[in-house]
Amino acid sequence: MLGAASAAPGAQPDLDKLANELATPATQKQALDTLAELDDSAVEVLLRAIKDGALYRLGTRLVTLGDDGGLKTVNDKPVLDDKGQPASLPDGSAPIPLGEEFFGVVQRILERFEIFSKDPSTRRATAIKLGNSKDAAVVPILTRARDQERDPAVKAVIAEQLAKLQLISPDPVVRAAAVRQFGKAKSETALAQLRTMLTEEKDPAVQRAVREAIESIESHVELRNMVGYAFNGVSLGAVLLIMSLGLAVTFGLMGIINMAHGEMLMVGSYTAYVIQELFSQHFAARQDYYFVVALPLSFLVTGLVGFLLEASVIRFLYGRPLETLIVTWGIGMIFQQAARLYFGDQTSVNSPTWFRGGIEAMPGLILPWSRIFIVVLALVVLGVLWWLLQRTYVGLRVRAVMQNRGMASCVGVSTRRVDAMTFALGTGLAGVAGCALALIGTVDPEVGKTYIVDAFMVVVLGGVGKLVGTVVASFGIGISNKLLEPSIGGTAAAVYAKVAILVAVILFLQWRPTGLVRQRGRAAAEAAG
Amino acid sequence: MSPDGRGSAWTTDRLAVGVFAIVFVVALPIANIAGLVSDYYLNLFGKYLALAILALGMDLLWGYAGILSLGQAIFFGIGAYAIRMFMMLEGGGKGVYGEPVPDFMIWNQVYQLPWFWKPFRYLPVAVAGAVLLPALLAVLIGLLTFRRKLRGTYFAILTQAIAFAVWLTINRNEMKLGGTNGLTDFKSVLGFSLSGPATQRALYVVTAAVLMIAFALSRRLVRSKTGLVLQAIRDNERRLEFLGYNTASFKIFVFGVAGGLAGLAGLLYAPQVGIITPSQVGVLPSLEIVIWVAFGGRGTLWGALLGAISINWLRSVLTGTYPKLWPIILGGLFVTVVLLFPDGLMGAAARLRRIAAEWRQRASGVVAAVEERPV
Amino acid sequence: MSAAETLLYVEGLTVSFDGFRALDSLNVILDRTERIRILIGPNGAGKTTLFDVLTGSVTPIAGRVLFQDTINMLGQSEHAIANLGVIRKFQTPSVFPGHTVFENMVLAGGQKRFGATLRTRGRSVDRDRIHGVLAQVGLLDLTGAPAGTLSHGQKQWLEIAMLLVEDPMLLLLDEPVAGMTRPERDRTAALLESIVDRTTCSIVLIEHDMQFVRQIARRGHKVTVMHEGSVLSEGPLDRVQSDPRVLEAYLGRSRVPADT
Repeated sequence: MLGAASAAPGAQPDLDKLANELATPATQKQALDTLAELDDSAVEVLLRAIKDGALYRLGTRLVTLGDDGGLKTVNDKPVLDDKGQPASLPDGSAPIPLGEEFFGVVQRILERFEIFSKDPSTRRATAIKLGNSKDAAVVPILTRARDQERDPAVKAVIAEQLAKLQLISPDPVVRAAAVRQFGKAKSETALAQLRTMLTEEKDPAVQRAVREAIESIESHVELRNMVGYAFNGVSLGAVLLIMSLGLAVTFGLMGIINMAHGEMLMVGSYTAYVIQELFSQHFAARQDYYFVVALPLSFLVTGLVGFLLEASVIRFLYGRPLETLIVTWGIGMIFQQAARLYFGDQTSVNSPTWFRGGIEAMPGLILPWSRIFIVVLALVVLGVLWWLLQRTYVGLRVRAVMQNRGMASCVGVSTRRVDAMTFALGTGLAGVAGCALALIGTVDPEVGKTYIVDAFMVVVLGGVGKLVGTVVASFGIGISNKLLEPSIGGTAAAVYAKVAILVAVILFLQWRPTGLVRQRGRAAAEAAG
Repeated sequence: MSPDGRGSAWTTDRLAVGVFAIVFVVALPIANIAGLVSDYYLNLFGKYLALAILALGMDLLWGYAGILSLGQAIFFGIGAYAIRMFMMLEGGGKGVYGEPVPDFMIWNQVYQLPWFWKPFRYLPVAVAGAVLLPALLAVLIGLLTFRRKLRGTYFAILTQAIAFAVWLTINRNEMKLGGTNGLTDFKSVLGFSLSGPATQRALYVVTAAVLMIAFALSRRLVRSKTGLVLQAIRDNERRLEFLGYNTASFKIFVFGVAGGLAGLAGLLYAPQVGIITPSQVGVLPSLEIVIWVAFGGRGTLWGALLGAISINWLRSVLTGTYPKLWPIILGGLFVTVVLLFPDGLMGAAARLRRIAAEWRQRASGVVAAVEERPV
Repeated sequence: MSAAETLLYVEGLTVSFDGFRALDSLNVILDRTERIRILIGPNGAGKTTLFDVLTGSVTPIAGRVLFQDTINMLGQSEHAIANLGVIRKFQTPSVFPGHTVFENMVLAGGQKRFGATLRTRGRSVDRDRIHGVLAQVGLLDLTGAPAGTLSHGQKQWLEIAMLLVEDPMLLLLDEPVAGMTRPERDRTAALLESIVDRTTCSIVLIEHDMQFVRQIARRGHKVTVMHEGSVLSEGPLDRVQSDPRVLEAYLGRSRVPADT
């Protein structure tokens, strides 16, 4: 059917004649061939009717039977009888049959009309299917679709598929032009076809165009992949940062080895889950807004838990880091099991619909909104924490107590209160992290254990006590991890990349035990022991 | 070191060792033969005693020398995997497919024995490897870290990272160590069927005996000047350096010993347990070992034994009786014991002894000059 | 003076911490006959930094440090220097509080090499020597006490005993009487003198307590005044005390007032 002369676009096909041909078994095939090349929407109606067994002969005319029982002509006009009333079929009327061997053909033709579906993703998918069909017969319908299309993204896809069909045009000039267009558009989907063209193409001018186009597309794809990995790295770094900020406060600032930090994260995740359940039960209409409530609430809930922990247990263990390790480990066990008993082993939290999908930063590269949100959240939390510590009176008191407890209490700072608030702040941050993590993963009792090692690693690598170090370490580890994965390749890339990063961290700490950020003067020497 | 005034403590200690030896090495197995103690319990105790060896090494390392390693489970794992590999290869030919290659490899389409499995066909290699490989690894890590003055929390986190990395790697099937499923399905060792009570008893006795020997040697070490130096390292390492000690070599030594003991423990533990998986190697099991020692009372050697045996026994009991609540109970136990008895069970016992002594003195009308132990 | 015949020869020693010169071309020479040298100077003068260099904790950017004419002290580790016979005592007493006085002494002396300590058991410790040194510092009756229970002054003496047990050649004492009561101070002064009389050890000490310094310096021991990383003045105490440069550094006066 390549390059077969199709009915001149725009010319009004004689539908009645065609319909009759279709209705007659002898000429059915012929009719179908002609219909295949048309793009008129009436064709769709006709074909659907005959396929569904809704095409009838009423007298001399062909009519379609609608779902409402009403009859329409092939031109979609209601059928009236002599008295001007809606006609009806005589009893016992049999629908015009469609030869079984033609079902496939009709189906295929009908599929093309999906290009006019209301749903943009269906239109897009159909366009791609048609483009890959290498069937020049679909060109007219695609052309009409393109001209009719309003959504710019879908329009671009349709145009691209049209160009793909042009690649198989017999005219080398047309082919070359299509190739160049693909190159300019950096279209990845055409790459496979272009590559086969390279081996089959005879015309040297077109060959050159193909080579250039392939190069251009490939370099774009590589760049896009790099950007993708880098973004993944930043996103992972943001996750690590959010997790580790809380630990940077309790371990870095206060020196408390809180092995239950992971479980604090878990509490945050479960808070999000509970709030979501609540909303879906009581505020189903505003389902998505659960997140707006969950985020601050996870901070408060976990902060409160931390506050209680500190007041009841941790305060007796200051200066005894190894006892704290064991006690918090025990507390972690309790929390984890309690969660398992109450919530079961796996629950999940649905992202609010605002976070579904993402923005297309580059063609073919979609940055999910949920991850963008996490990056933004991480930076916001960091900013707030920094502001709190450096620019507020509260923060001043915290820093004073952490640097010189005795002196601070001498000048009237209530060290008890500061300790409690600081610890609560650290755990609260973990809660926020947990809530955010619920967006991108499942909520289960194991989440704490999964992340605790990473969090400690980040804090130690960054330099205990240095917020800046934690930031650098999180993003450093995140980005290195994600950039390393593609080089390793294979299914286990994620695991091996992580191991490689761990080894790198270990080696780095050998060389510089105090971490990434340099500490100056005597304090550094003392800290190194 | 027996400076003035410690004489009586010496003899009670010796007595305790004697009692322990008699009860565990002699009495228990005999009771088992006589049918008073079930095979199941004997086997359980065999496992506990193996873990006690692990805890012993940890106590030497952490209780005495103050070096917190969060990766001891790796050394344990090496020992366990070593003897398991031997057992798998030995049982080969008796396996499902009757080949000299372990079944799990066949399932993964590996038909040739990987090179690093080959030496483990021989028992001496497996046994020596189980103890020496972890010791050497520990020495290597020590050389790389202690010489560079890496200490305290940094060292702890480092070992945690190593444990994590090793765990991640072992879990992969490509490592040909059975992946997440581990090595399993053992039928015999050295030709003796594993399910036979006589074999289990023999394994138990060997374990108990090895524990006693390890304990005795550890005590010797702790009483020597080296032991004194190790404790001084824990208290004030810099000071020792200024006194002329190359503390790094002491630390490397004790780390190697701890590693070797851990490997030994794994060697003895594995045949008494049905399966060895990566979940026994890694960060979480390493942390548990620390908890056993702290719970029992670190720096006392007895505390290690007590902690390892009691916690693992408690866990078996609790998992059976309260399958849903046991982590909560165990976790709660950790919290309360550490808060109430910071020196662990041994510390609690010591405190009780002191209180009893005070009472006695007060009762006899003598005003006691109470020695306050510095915190 | 050349490096020959000296116990300690420090020349042109410069130490920089991120640009700040803690020591600036410092020259200090201790000849073999000198038994006690006293180092004084305002805070930040570099006295402790000098000790840090001598014990191998800090690396200078320039200068020479020679021990006993020929032994280069730079680039050696702390424990190696200690084994050479240069022992340091810190400002704050750092005994091992969990061990008894006796155990502290055992740690201080005897075998230090790893292999040897494995073989050392309870009996092969030189009890007599330990008791002797403890007697010298006056702690003999506290042999079995945990070091943590000693008073501050007693801890300081225990530390000195720990230093003495190894027959050092050069003792570096950093503020040995800091925090001591007056009687304790007197006793320490007497102790130092007895060390000078009974051993061949030389002592360099840093002190701020001028009364103690005067007690020691009475016997004619030299005083070195340090300021901003180098030597400001050196000599017998009274000469140094009336040196106008010293007065200016300490008191900010540019002239000696008429009646001092």
